[in-house]
Amino acid sequence: MNEKVSVTSEKSSQTAKMIKRGITVGFPIMLGYLPIAITYGVLAKQSGLSLFELTMMSVFVFAGASQFMGANMIAVGAGASEIIIATFVLNFRHFVMSLSFMNRLRAVAPKWRASLSLGLTDETFAVSSLHTKEAEEEKGAYFYLSLFLTAYLSWIVGSFLGGVLGEVIPEKLSQSMGIALYAMFIGLLVPSVKKELKVGLVAIIAMLIHVLCSYVLHMSSGWAIVFGTIVGGFSGVFLLEEDEQS
Amino acid sequence: MIIILIIIGMSLVTMIPRVIPAFVVGQLEFKSWLNRWLNAIPYAALGALIFPGIMSVQEGQPHIGLVGGLVAIVLAALGLNVILVVMGAIFTVFLLLT
Repeated sequence: MNEKVSVTSEKSSQTAKMIKRGITVGFPIMLGYLPIAITYGVLAKQSGLSLFELTMMSVFVFAGASQFMGANMIAVGAGASEIIIATFVLNFRHFVMSLSFMNRLRAVAPKWRASLSLGLTDETFAVSSLHTKEAEEEKGAYFYLSLFLTAYLSWIVGSFLGGVLGEVIPEKLSQSMGIALYAMFIGLLVPSVKKELKVGLVAIIAMLIHVLCSYVLHMSSGWAIVFGTIVGGFSGVFLLEEDEQS
Repeated sequence: MIIILIIIGMSLVTMIPRVIPAFVVGQLEFKSWLNRWLNAIPYAALGALIFPGIMSVQEGQPHIGLVGGLVAIVLAALGLNVILVVMGAIFTVFLLLT
């Protein structure tokens, strides 16, 4: 009886540990999302969306760049199909990212995988795919769930605040915070490069492909990121070992 | 009303590509080269997301994003936590805009 109690409490403390770790690891995303979400809320309001509509867009779409684009296109009176197709193109990169992330989550139950996939953005993908060991740990799904929810909720709350209060963060501070997510990406990439230099080569190839696609081939940024990611990743087939990332 | 329809459409075309891989990996075993490719995707995605996008942090002034990025590289190379890297970069850009 006593033993049973202690086993249950151990299990729940493992869950609590994973949830706490997920929030900690997700905190930089929150820092980056809040000012962007507020800016989105302000812009969407000016574009003629109601507070309800702009918040619902954050709840159901949860993809920053496409929401800015959507609000802009609504403002200029673009057609619904045009907006939806543009969103598809811009967010198609999440298919590639999801495939990579889900391949890491093979140990996690399918229904967990399906719900986690809905929370995948550039940022949650970047952070969680550099924290892959949790996928094999007990209750690891809670780590990703709380990480994703931290990002998701700050996105929704930020959008709502932007819609209600307008630009609450002083302009210069919010402009400076535009670097936050880029700095987070760099903060994630550099330690991996220190461990294995070839990882940096993969990233640089992806950057160059992106530059080539957008400046020479004049692709939209959505496609440029897709090709940069796919081709850059392909260079990893030759450069990286099977168990490069642990 | 039309805006609600637009939101539903945007939601579907965003959700479907995200969710399909969750089921695909349950159905298929991947060859070794495909696993290596998928494992390299995070690094490639980071690269493609960082550059050239970082130059547009401040419109018309690409050097602001680049300097902020360099500071982030140095702080991260020194082994600082991601939060501090982010704060350092924000502070740098703030000074540059002053």
